[in-house]
Amino acid sequence: MTNGWNDIKNADVVLVMGGNAAEAHTCGFKWVTEAKANNGAKLIVVDPRFTRTAAVSDLYMPLRPGSDIAFLGGVINYLLSNDKIFHDYVKAYTNAAYVVRADFGFQDGLFTGYDAEKRDYDRSSWEYEFDSEGNVRVDPSLRHPRCVFNLLKAHYARYTPEMVERTCGTPQHLFQQACELIASTASSSRSLTALYALGWTQHSKGSQNIRNIAIIQLLLGNVGVPGGGINALRGHSNVQGITDFGLFSNSVPGYMAMPKTSEPTLEDYLKTRAFKEMLPDQMSYWQNYGKFYVSFLKAMYGRNATPENQFGYDWMPKVDVNLDTLRQFEMMFQGKMNGFICQGFNPLLSVPNRKKLINGLSKLKFLVVMDPLHTETAHFFENHGDINDADPSEIATEVFLLPTNCFAEEEGTFTNSSRVIQWHWKAAEPPGQARTDIQIMADLFLRLKDLYAKEGGAFPDPIMNLSWDYRNPARPSPDELLREINGKALVDLTDPNDPTKPPVKKAGELLDLFGQLRDDGSTASANWIYSGCYSERGNLTMRRDPSDPSGMGIHPNWGYAWPANRRILYNRASADPQGRPWSNRKKVIEWNGSQWVGIDVPDFGATIDPTTRATGPFIMNPEGTARLFTRGMMREGPFPEHYEPFESPVANPFGPVQSNPVARVFNGDMEVFGTSEDYPYVATTYRLVEHFHYWTKHARMNAILQPELFVEISEQLAREKGIAAGDWVEVSSNRARIQAKAVVTKRIRPLICDGKPVHVVGIPIHWGFIGATKKGFGANQLTPYVGDANTETPEYKAFLVNIKRINPMV
Amino acid sequence: MTITRREFFRLSGSAVAGTTASLLGFGTLEAVAAEVRPYKLARTTETRNTCPYCSVSCGVIIHTTGDGAKNTKAEIVHVEGDPDHPVNRGSLCPKGAALLDFIHSETRVKEPMYRAPGEAGFKPVSWDFVMDRITRLMKEDRDANFQAVTEDGKTLNAWATTGFLAGCATTNETGWLTYKAVRSLGMVALDNQARI
Repeated sequence: MTNGWNDIKNADVVLVMGGNAAEAHTCGFKWVTEAKANNGAKLIVVDPRFTRTAAVSDLYMPLRPGSDIAFLGGVINYLLSNDKIFHDYVKAYTNAAYVVRADFGFQDGLFTGYDAEKRDYDRSSWEYEFDSEGNVRVDPSLRHPRCVFNLLKAHYARYTPEMVERTCGTPQHLFQQACELIASTASSSRSLTALYALGWTQHSKGSQNIRNIAIIQLLLGNVGVPGGGINALRGHSNVQGITDFGLFSNSVPGYMAMPKTSEPTLEDYLKTRAFKEMLPDQMSYWQNYGKFYVSFLKAMYGRNATPENQFGYDWMPKVDVNLDTLRQFEMMFQGKMNGFICQGFNPLLSVPNRKKLINGLSKLKFLVVMDPLHTETAHFFENHGDINDADPSEIATEVFLLPTNCFAEEEGTFTNSSRVIQWHWKAAEPPGQARTDIQIMADLFLRLKDLYAKEGGAFPDPIMNLSWDYRNPARPSPDELLREINGKALVDLTDPNDPTKPPVKKAGELLDLFGQLRDDGSTASANWIYSGCYSERGNLTMRRDPSDPSGMGIHPNWGYAWPANRRILYNRASADPQGRPWSNRKKVIEWNGSQWVGIDVPDFGATIDPTTRATGPFIMNPEGTARLFTRGMMREGPFPEHYEPFESPVANPFGPVQSNPVARVFNGDMEVFGTSEDYPYVATTYRLVEHFHYWTKHARMNAILQPELFVEISEQLAREKGIAAGDWVEVSSNRARIQAKAVVTKRIRPLICDGKPVHVVGIPIHWGFIGATKKGFGANQLTPYVGDANTETPEYKAFLVNIKRINPMV
Repeated sequence: MTITRREFFRLSGSAVAGTTASLLGFGTLEAVAAEVRPYKLARTTETRNTCPYCSVSCGVIIHTTGDGAKNTKAEIVHVEGDPDHPVNRGSLCPKGAALLDFIHSETRVKEPMYRAPGEAGFKPVSWDFVMDRITRLMKEDRDANFQAVTEDGKTLNAWATTGFLAGCATTNETGWLTYKAVRSLGMVALDNQARI
């Protein structure tokens, strides 16, 4: 979230699309209720199903799963053609006025530079024009035909209300009402918050859904202000934290990248990440990348990281190809992976196409599962009929199941959606012989180190040189680890402007903030964005002062929000270029003549005088502005374009390119996509308020509340197919078939898309073959093996199925 | 006369007790006292924690038996919303409200388990056995498949034939230690649940 849970109460309009906050983020949703009750807010819900979020909305409209870009593109078109934008904000704080290269273009569903064979683009034309000094060419009048603003207008001119209705099935009169409400925030004093979850991300073009809302929020001037922002309601309790820590194939903690083979030296690596400012006066904060990265290497290798060995740069593996979950299972499937370790994750139920997963896991030499619960992944080799069709006698994989503690049995921090890092305390010992993940990882590492010390082996250097400076090496404490994350001075740090002064920090002291990090090896910090959470003032993530002095939902002394305890990101944009708040209602920070002050930590240089220096508010971008046009950063184009899901009942009404032209599809997976002739209905997956993924099926209370798998269909489809409520049905895709009870509901209604009715089948995801609920099939048995082109998040929200009534299962 | 609630119901033979109590020969005061169930949380220890489910991260208070003294064993008996927490203000959803059942789930793993090739199920084993065996298998695979350089001679130092999927209900501290250990081995097939 750019903003936070409590801040939702400041919104004037709440848009929930691609999520169902009332059921999936219930206690966070109360801030929507608060906004409605006490701020006069209106709630718009756009969803294929009439969810419980929709039930309390002011305006609900359906759309066909997978058509979000058409809808949001239609909103952009409405805002631009009706001049409902916040002009001053758009001109000063976005790249609307920047001139794009003359060779950039868009035609027949494709941007310039497409290579059909590679299914990829040469993105070089997706760039600004620069003058001889290296500055972006800007036309503040917005008249230049190739300025971003005019390109945006032209691109979305095709997204008319008629096209929205034709593509999404959303009636035009409802769409019009949504546009009007959204547009009512195109002013200095009103704001809209956008809340979304996996309903926007689990698509083959999910990232572009998010880009779409970013464009809308920038045109409305809703980024950086209270009650505004782009707010991902994230899944698991620490999905934000684990993302921050970069546990991805190609990431380094703090949103830095793994080096590539084309960057043989630390200097090469840092050179391409210099982020030189593109306009005068800009901060381009990533210019400090070297300080963050070298401090990270010092946290990895400690004393063994020296300037002479490039701080251990060679010890970090180089990553040219991203080995994400889908690719990992593809490698397994092809027999190219031997071992696999799952730390609290149940991929057998959460990765698409279960048949392929069982096949892949069966080819492993060993599988290790660390979990508090008996997961289906650990038990993948068992036969549970059609639910899990495996033959243990044929499976040679060695499987290890290691018991771990649950949340109540350990201490440490989770980071919530609002980026607030909160310490939790241990209440009891874990059951039996269960151990913490920390203890297991330490044991694993120390045993391997010992083996390499005794026996030697392949490149032991990074193992032998890893810093493991803990009081009890076998059990590093969460307290020690959080200090290591925050970072410390390794030598006395003198003031660079006046070395004769007493040191800013003495050797060994914890740092106050990432601003103190250096690139000469004199500081260490595992994750620069967390620096400040545990300073000499103490462990600030333990703070539990609920006070909210401004009454704006900031709560500055509850836990610690990264970065710098800032609660609203980009809050410099809440003030005009001269530093005056755009509006008193939406005031966060302002320039008082000598510094920036306000109710939140300024997201800006504290003493940058806006009256003499035109520094933009988006300091992480070298432009200083936010991007309506994303240059070459997104794989399928600098503006979102509607493509159909890989399995769709209609031909793309927007052009000849049917599905995301750059999404990665492995051999064999394309062949098992189904067509609408065989599978005429659109399926979508979702969660229920009574269950959390595949955990709560182990909890008796939740199993009592929702014991059994069902699928939801409309009354119309039920009539057509002769299905009555409570009947057994078989739902099939081109990959598998599942059986479930039918729920016939008014919550789902057929949509008319491109002149023909489209029926939607809803499939909740929570069942497996272990736990307190009845055994049940999984939605992932049906879903296609394709992910978003940028993030590889699987397309779970729109695919094709058939459905028929079957005889009762025994 | 003092009786426990359970005894009282046994004696009265019915949960509808108050008005009939005197008929059984009890004094009114004793009957009232017997009806009030002792407050089960009166002597528990409260611990602040965070709901592990979604990322609203509601504050919860966990109640355990005992006072934390060495000769007591803390058992979790109750979980409720933290009324001080600025986001959930004491409330919990149907998932969080049933956390106690997750903590005490019958399907929790309580000892290390091992499944040998071809076997139909797991058998319990010791930590030493599993950790020895896992690290041996990892080392064998790493030594056999570690790639120091690419085909055209560029530094790679990567191990791609064993994958690691990190959870995202683990702590930040776990995440960091995991990152450190996994990267020191050169692992590049690394991902976590955030993607899905």
